Amino acid sequence: MVKQLVAVFLAAILTENYVLSKFLGICPFLGVSKKVNTALGMSAAVTFVMVLSTAVTYPIYENILVPFGLEYLQTIVFILVIAGLVQLVEIILKKYMPPLYNSLGIYLPLITTNCAVLGVTMLVLEKAAADPSYTYVTALVNSFGAGIGFLVAMVVFAGVRGRLETADIPNSLKGLPITLVSASLVSVSFLGFAGLVEGMMG
Amino acid sequence: MAEKKKVSLWKEFSKGIIKENPVLCLVLGTCPTLAVTTQASNAIGMGIAATLVLICSNAAISLLRNIIPDKVRIPAYITIIAGFVTMVQMLVKAYAPSIDESLGIYLPLIVVNCIILGRAEMFASKNRVIPSMVDGLGMGVGFTAAMLLMGSIREILGAGTWFGIPLTSGVVDPILIFILPPGGFFVFGMLVALSSKLSGKKKAAEDVGCAGCPLSENCSKVKKEGECNG
Repeated sequence: MVKQLVAVFLAAILTENYVLSKFLGICPFLGVSKKVNTALGMSAAVTFVMVLSTAVTYPIYENILVPFGLEYLQTIVFILVIAGLVQLVEIILKKYMPPLYNSLGIYLPLITTNCAVLGVTMLVLEKAAADPSYTYVTALVNSFGAGIGFLVAMVVFAGVRGRLETADIPNSLKGLPITLVSASLVSVSFLGFAGLVEGMMG
Repeated sequence: MAEKKKVSLWKEFSKGIIKENPVLCLVLGTCPTLAVTTQASNAIGMGIAATLVLICSNAAISLLRNIIPDKVRIPAYITIIAGFVTMVQMLVKAYAPSIDESLGIYLPLIVVNCIILGRAEMFASKNRVIPSMVDGLGMGVGFTAAMLLMGSIREILGAGTWFGIPLTSGVVDPILIFILPPGGFFVFGMLVALSSKLSGKKKAAEDVGCAGCPLSENCSKVKKEGECNG
């Protein structure tokens, strides 16, 4: 059981990295990765919202949508639940935990329409349907791992981008194109982890 | 009068294809662009699905533009878009199950595609129904064309086929990395550079579609904050 959880956690960070191998959450990855500080804040907020959304949407799907045969409403229900949840968390943080709100709050409205969050809530359900040993706890660990994977990718990439600022770049490649090419190289390095988790866990 | 109207409609349609191409110029909707372009046929399937959603949601939002209160407009748009995405999802599942299988999770994720929310906010909420639908069609065709271009490059270089038809097999070995994730970033970067070179801009877009994104206000706040801390 613990072994499975560790394997799921590591796989979510390294081999199934949401940004670099599934292309989910590319906008914040390219948009807010200029400074390590902002990258950290953004990924902390994403991780938080991912775990929270999975914690809420998983039981909704299993206990409400499936028994009533409403699986086709998944998309619309999930996006509304996530949007409402993010708004609620923002209000609660603002009222009761101002220091936390000041460090995470500004990122929260950006996350509502982040495809990584909606993606993780749907992917864990897909995995749960394929594998009977996949439980609610596994789903939570998986979404936490996905958030940490997002954090690793963001921080590594922020470091790479710092170097670009002083580099001499051809005119048409300046700005976004060179950022994408560097993302490609970072993504190559993550390909190196392929098979690692299966190898470690047998 | 009718002549003039036709000209302006043609303008709304054609701007989405070249001048304001959502992918290569506005740099919106990067997630599906990178994820589903491993094959040209996937790119077409995704493009058509997104175009359908775009036309319908633009029409609905344009009709409701005077009814939706300004404060709750973003949640209202998301709900409308999610409804149309669900319909398209069911249509694709029923009539093109193979496309549904290869697009997988990216089909429901059209709901968070910034092109659709961006057009709702920037165009449909301010214009009449017919121009909004034409705008949606133009943007959808531009999106499909850019994805088809990228899908073709990646499939030909990475697998040696085009729409599944073998082209270079036996002559050149395919460069596998082009259909893997790094190839997606690389080809996209090159296409953005090429389009900015051809359009004569001095510099390509600095960041991902911030101008067209309805959440850009928050985004710039985040960036300012980062500069203060850093």
